[in-house]
Amino acid sequence: MSAADPAAPRRPARAESPLREAWVMFRRNRPAMAGLALLVLIILATLYGALLYGGDPYEIVWAPHEPPGATPEFPLGTDYLGRDIVAGLLTGGGPTLAVGAAAALLTMLIGVTIGALAGYFGGAIDNLLMRFTEFFQVLPALLFAMVLVTLFSPSLTMIAIAIGLVSWPQTARLTRAEFLKIRKLEYVTAARAIGARDGRIMWRVILPNALPPLIVSATLTIGVAILFEAGLSFLGLGDPNTMSWGLMIGANRAYILSAWWPVTFPGLAIFLTVFAVSLVGDGLNDAFNPKLRER
Amino acid sequence: MAGYLLRRLAYGLLLMAGVVILNFFLIRLAPGDPAEVIAGDMGGATAEVLAAIRADYGLDQPLLVQLGRYLGAMMQGDLGESYFFNRPVAELIGARIGPTILLVLAAQVISITIGVAMGVMAARKPNGVLSGAVSVVATIGYAVPVFWMGIMLIILFASIIPIFPVEGMADIRLRNEGWLERMIDILHHLALPAFSLAVIFLAIYARLSRASMLDVLGADYVRTARAKGASERSVLFRHALRNAALPVITVAGLQFGGLLSGALLVETVFNWPGMGTLAFDAILRRDYTLLLGVLFCAAAMVVIANIVTDLAYRLADPRLRGET
Repeated sequence: MSAADPAAPRRPARAESPLREAWVMFRRNRPAMAGLALLVLIILATLYGALLYGGDPYEIVWAPHEPPGATPEFPLGTDYLGRDIVAGLLTGGGPTLAVGAAAALLTMLIGVTIGALAGYFGGAIDNLLMRFTEFFQVLPALLFAMVLVTLFSPSLTMIAIAIGLVSWPQTARLTRAEFLKIRKLEYVTAARAIGARDGRIMWRVILPNALPPLIVSATLTIGVAILFEAGLSFLGLGDPNTMSWGLMIGANRAYILSAWWPVTFPGLAIFLTVFAVSLVGDGLNDAFNPKLRER
Repeated sequence: MAGYLLRRLAYGLLLMAGVVILNFFLIRLAPGDPAEVIAGDMGGATAEVLAAIRADYGLDQPLLVQLGRYLGAMMQGDLGESYFFNRPVAELIGARIGPTILLVLAAQVISITIGVAMGVMAARKPNGVLSGAVSVVATIGYAVPVFWMGIMLIILFASIIPIFPVEGMADIRLRNEGWLERMIDILHHLALPAFSLAVIFLAIYARLSRASMLDVLGADYVRTARAKGASERSVLFRHALRNAALPVITVAGLQFGGLLSGALLVETVFNWPGMGTLAFDAILRRDYTLLLGVLFCAAAMVVIANIVTDLAYRLADPRLRGET
């Protein structure tokens, strides 16, 4: 029963790691790759753009409300004080992205811990933790974040903490659902049978298998966190001494009827960033769940 | 049903008590003397004012006694006194809660109606143009900052097509007109804020109802309905949508807090006289009693919305009707 052609020896199928497989799927997904490229471009621009461009975003360099394209030196024009908008865009992205990433990390940390404990142990612990989660879902997120930032301090750290504290419940619910599903599977019973402790089963056996939906949710959380940060800065609740896209919109909003550009470009920057993040998130979702692709 | 409703209400009250306790500790965790925090550092609190606040709030009593008093007062609707406006917080919020509810409900109705309609149409041809459009709108809706959407609409409607008012809730010149004129005026003012808010959420419903309809359209009972010769409209709306609507109801309830958060931002953009602009004023004036009062009322709105969602779900799903 050997292969008909002896020249082509039968190779055993190589087990691909699920992450590798997902990457292969992801690479074939054009919108997702476009999103990833856009995201990388935005990150590079916020990291190195200001250095290359060289303008000071806080300095008054020209007449106020110079329209875009009118002066070659200031391609996107100037704001109500006469500050260069391109310089603002390049500098203002950093805090937005940093807060978004830090807040998403905190969200995942709290959400996964609480969800994992609730889903794994079940019973009274689950009940208690889920009541706690429901309680946090009752607080309107933006308002609660506004309260935290106002009562404590409007620093970037506090904003990231506030956003993290208001956005974890959904992650907790998702993690719990995954843990509830996986803890009944055979390999978990097997791990328990060979004497693995609870902690090991939770973090080393179940968590890696629950990762795909959590990675997707983490990506989408970054987008939500960026929108949150933008909203808080727009209201003037962010750090007033740090340039950010939301702050640029908030500072220029009183003049929108005489100058559309100082509010339009930072908003477009936020939109494109979150759009890129969500394309990557959708791509990851498709890559991890090929069954859902036809939808 | 009545027993269920009672239990649900009791649980809602418990959640609200939780919010009150959280408020209590937030004030005490904030840096500085709680009396000064309550008075606000821009109010120019004199020693008498501070002493009055201490007596009012019983800040000289043990912590648990303080908590008990605070809880008792809040649950009776006494949200304290605004030190900036010098009026009861409950009264200030009472004047602003109506416009916020109007804005949120209008946005909810617009986003669910248009979103579900888009989703149903898209589900009929999963690979068609409309289906693609729904995906695009859904992704854009997720990524646009709601306040920026509002600003872009203001620019559009104030300078390019001036057909909608871009600020406030009513034209003061109409205050002596009949109620019909004034109501039309309010709806006219409502159009832009409600639409900015709805665009963001309509994306969620379009995507959800599309997926949910696709699920349902493959079900046996839809094939049966088609086989017995039901018209396409009847299949879509009587057989399929009724079942596909369940996840939409669930998500509408879950999204209420998000909708309220979005409304707060939209209000500040359009100067809509609701709780968002009130919260913003409270922050500018460091009026913490007022700010925490708004948080309390907003949380109460979410609790009520959750109960209403549960009831709607029970009405929509006959399987749950018999349960108590």
